Amino acid sequence: SWISVPSTADILLHLGLSESVIAAACARVGQRVLHVDRRSYYAANWASFTFNGLLSWIDDNKVCTYFTLLFITPVNSFKQQDQEECAPLAEDQQILSSDGEPQGEEQLSGSAPTQAKKKKISYTKIVKEGRRFNIDLVSKLMYSRGLLVDLLIKSNVSRYAEFKNVSRILTYRQGKVEQVPCSRADVFGSKELTVVEKRMLMKFLTFCLDYEQHPEEYQDFTERSFWEFLQNNMLTENLQHFVLHSIAMVPRETHTEEGLRSTQHFLRSLGRYGNTPFLFPIYGLGEIPQCFCRMCAVFGGIYCLRHSVQCLVLDKESGRCKAVIDTCGQRISCSHFVVEDGYIREEQRKGVEHKHISRAVLITDGLLLQSESEQQISLVTVPPLEPGAPAVRLVELCSSTMTCMPGTYLVHLTCPSSGSAREDLQPVVSRLFTKPASAGEEGTPAVLWAVYFNMRDSTAADRSGYDLPGNVHVCSGPDAALGSDHSIRLAQEVFRQLAPHEEFCPPAPNPEDIVYDGDGGQGEGAGFSEAAQAEEGAAEEAEESKEKEASQESSPVEVGEMPDPPPAPLAEE
Amino acid sequence: CDSLLVTAITAATEKVKTKRRENRFRNRNGLKSVLDEEVLLLTQQLLSSNPDFATLWNYRREILLHLETVRSEDEIQRLYEEELSFLEACLKVNPKSYGSWHHRGWVSTRLPRPDWARELSLCERCLSLDDRNFHCWDYRRMVVRVSGVPVDQELQFTDRLIGSNFSNYSSWHYRSTLLEPPTSSACSSPSTSPQTHSHRVCEEQLLKEYELVQNAFFTDPNDQSAWFYYRWLLGRAEREEMISCVYVSREGERVVVAFSRPVNALSVGLLLVVDGQPQQVNWRSAHPRLRHSPMWICDLPPGTISDTSNEHNLTVHWTERHTHRDCALYTGRSESWCRDSATDLELFRSELSVEKSSVLQSELQSCTQLLELEPQNKWCLLTIILLMRALDPLGYEKETLAYFQTLKEVDSMRTSYYSDLCSKFMIENTILKMEYAEVRVFSLCEKNLSTLCHLDQLLLVTHINLSSNQLLGLPPQFAMLQCLEVLQADDNAIENLEGVYHLSKLEEVSLRNNNITQLSDLKILTTCPRLARLDLRGNPITQIANIQSQLAELLPSITELLL
Repeated sequence: SWISVPSTADILLHLGLSESVIAAACARVGQRVLHVDRRSYYAANWASFTFNGLLSWIDDNKVCTYFTLLFITPVNSFKQQDQEECAPLAEDQQILSSDGEPQGEEQLSGSAPTQAKKKKISYTKIVKEGRRFNIDLVSKLMYSRGLLVDLLIKSNVSRYAEFKNVSRILTYRQGKVEQVPCSRADVFGSKELTVVEKRMLMKFLTFCLDYEQHPEEYQDFTERSFWEFLQNNMLTENLQHFVLHSIAMVPRETHTEEGLRSTQHFLRSLGRYGNTPFLFPIYGLGEIPQCFCRMCAVFGGIYCLRHSVQCLVLDKESGRCKAVIDTCGQRISCSHFVVEDGYIREEQRKGVEHKHISRAVLITDGLLLQSESEQQISLVTVPPLEPGAPAVRLVELCSSTMTCMPGTYLVHLTCPSSGSAREDLQPVVSRLFTKPASAGEEGTPAVLWAVYFNMRDSTAADRSGYDLPGNVHVCSGPDAALGSDHSIRLAQEVFRQLAPHEEFCPPAPNPEDIVYDGDGGQGEGAGFSEAAQAEEGAAEEAEESKEKEASQESSPVEVGEMPDPPPAPLAEE
Repeated sequence: CDSLLVTAITAATEKVKTKRRENRFRNRNGLKSVLDEEVLLLTQQLLSSNPDFATLWNYRREILLHLETVRSEDEIQRLYEEELSFLEACLKVNPKSYGSWHHRGWVSTRLPRPDWARELSLCERCLSLDDRNFHCWDYRRMVVRVSGVPVDQELQFTDRLIGSNFSNYSSWHYRSTLLEPPTSSACSSPSTSPQTHSHRVCEEQLLKEYELVQNAFFTDPNDQSAWFYYRWLLGRAEREEMISCVYVSREGERVVVAFSRPVNALSVGLLLVVDGQPQQVNWRSAHPRLRHSPMWICDLPPGTISDTSNEHNLTVHWTERHTHRDCALYTGRSESWCRDSATDLELFRSELSVEKSSVLQSELQSCTQLLELEPQNKWCLLTIILLMRALDPLGYEKETLAYFQTLKEVDSMRTSYYSDLCSKFMIENTILKMEYAEVRVFSLCEKNLSTLCHLDQLLLVTHINLSSNQLLGLPPQFAMLQCLEVLQADDNAIENLEGVYHLSKLEEVSLRNNNITQLSDLKILTTCPRLARLDLRGNPITQIANIQSQLAELLPSITELLL
């Protein structure tokens, strides 16, 4: 093999968000971390692709020929993985004759090249500008006061990325897209609400901010649904819609307290960085796992892409995993092994219940709701179109997020699956966007390209459902929720098992403060004390940068620069 | 590091001083001035670490002014543009530096080809970082004035700022200055304007403003910015300065002049003409402590009007305001007065004075609606009271009192303020009732008064009853009740009689159950020559031994003393 991997590691992992966080946390406290992934890119199911990268991802997943990791049982038994399924768009598959594009493109099933007549963005243009796209497999936003943002600040990992504020919260109501008044300024500026509605909404939201302090307001409803609670609170129909679907973002039948908790979570994140509660990383969500990987690499973590584990070696007496055998047949000793649920063979996860997430990615030619500025990042909540259907979440990204080419918008649709991604999401797409073949109603954006796929969601899984040794830790893949709290919480739990007495992601010192051994021939003692000083300085600076971030209300949130991690440190034992 | 910086700065300062001396020397000796770029550079270095060094800015201006005389226009333009970008850097160091903003203003006006759009966008950037930076607001006002930005455009700008943060009173205030028509009318002759002239905004714009501000206080009724702006919108008229009443007493040979606002008669050129003869008189205010007073008194030379068989015509001229008021004292009459005929509601309408009561009525409805949602909101309660006052003070009296009660409960920190305000309104109401009845007997019993006001309106009152209130004293202004004969102020907590001063007609004073403790408190009564009956029962002073004889000695005119 042309690469050589270390033969021993404390912890060996794959590359999802939780895994990256665990890796960074472990490396930070001095563990030897080896990251392997069979894929050629970082971030696994959290990855971002260029347009062309996505096309090959689609191809790969459609043909499904890549390796799947197998565990416990020795030797080569590879199994196909079907966690993503590409649903070709039947009626969208034809290429418009008018745009004169090569018919050969039909081979790209799962994608629907069309052309918007007004803006004249052709499929070839998209392919040509493909590098301007950063298309996330997972669509999430970051709650400004969610666990992820707190962790990014605390650990200083935030310096590896830049963020923008989500600029609008929209919803689909009575057949049209409208803005949701959620912040104080929105409520003030709303033209749709009467002054009395404004008062009622503000009163309700103020109550939600510290609802625990006023149990008398909701104790009669603890056994009843949030929806009933809203109706009882003199909120008019549109206010009920806004609170339930766009602020709490919960289904009708949710219990009152959970609804209040969700509302509170939303409201607490408001105003930290701007008038909406959300941040979005420039260049896409795929940046986030990469940032943690970078941090891990700075502290000595080793990365091997296109490299995977064939099997685990178990200790006969303890039943623990003491090493793995990689695809080159090399044995790597390790004391812990962290793996994503999706890599585990069917037999080992028989007891695990899992759901699916329905996803769609659209490239469109216009904003869903026109505004003064064309550069808008919008969250659009679409309540169930008919009873029993899931509520769908849209994230509409503009080109200033560096996720799509100028003149286009990248739209992510997400919902928990009840059927295939197409069954779940197509109705929403057809209501909000013009069919690519049709002329296009005035003001309604047209879909230039679309892909639908389902992803496995094992976040509800219980650890006991896996038939695995105690030092093999399973991370679930992405969930359907809007925030990333689940993954961070999971990472924290796993880290606690790996290093029970260590701090989770303490602030990283600035690169220039790090003193390497042997620099200037200093003695060990001196080196140590300087390192300690450096850490102190780093802690102070972390405080500063926190303040700096808190005070910076306008996007992009400045997070500083960091040189690339050392090029794949291919260490040799 | 700090000490190094200090050393560097000190060194640079020394260098600047030396250069300055050198230049002065050369100037004096007729040598070619070398106020040169080197000094500009030095001061620049210093100012970039401390932009609040006024001397250095002055020095820079001196140099720049000099360079203006020797350089071409293009060079000057370039020089000043460099100055502007330097200033931008200074503002980054300290966005609230007086020196930097002032210098920027100066440079902007010196610039041969100013780029006002850039200045406006600079202001916008600064205000987006700190929307209460008053230096920047001032600078913006300057830029807008000089470059003639249309009002509409500035209104849109405040729209944006208010939209992003409606708690920022700076934006609301700026809005009010934009809506206010230029104050040229204030300079024009007041005789052409109506009795009360208010700064009004055109109707259409006004309705928009009401909508905007209502959105704000319905969204957050605890935010005071919107309420203050609302109160401004509802208007406040200023009564025109005029002589509101002339009173003449034949017996006392005295003339009393009342004004619509407190004035200093000694400096406004007041002239009294009796039967065509200008009189040399000394004007005095009702009480020596009142230098600005709405009421001024003068004694005529003895014998001028004392003969009851004569009729006299008096005219008081207010030369400074080109206005005057006549008063005729007819045969056989012992006193006479001529007062403003417009003693209508306008008198106390100065708080809210929108022309259309329909607007006030609908505003009252909105506020009442808000109060239903927020029964504890003090701003809303207070605004409702003011609206009710403006609409129908007597008709809403009961509601007003109830709202004041609620206000005192929900905002107990300001109980005294509300008590005083309520007292003021109650007195106003009583005055209004008295005006309708045209009587000279004035009763304010059991009104919970904590203070007295509008006493200038009570010039003609002969009997006043202030019993059963919470008064602590009779203030100097009380001396304006020049016709008072009977004062009843039982059951208060009065300890101070300062205002019972030179009331020449006062005959009877009843002060039962008050808080008068010392003889010296009563000394002021010696200025009232006709005082014959005094009731002090229930006061601590009655406990003093020998008090009766001491009082008899102090006030020999008293025939009936109750202790």
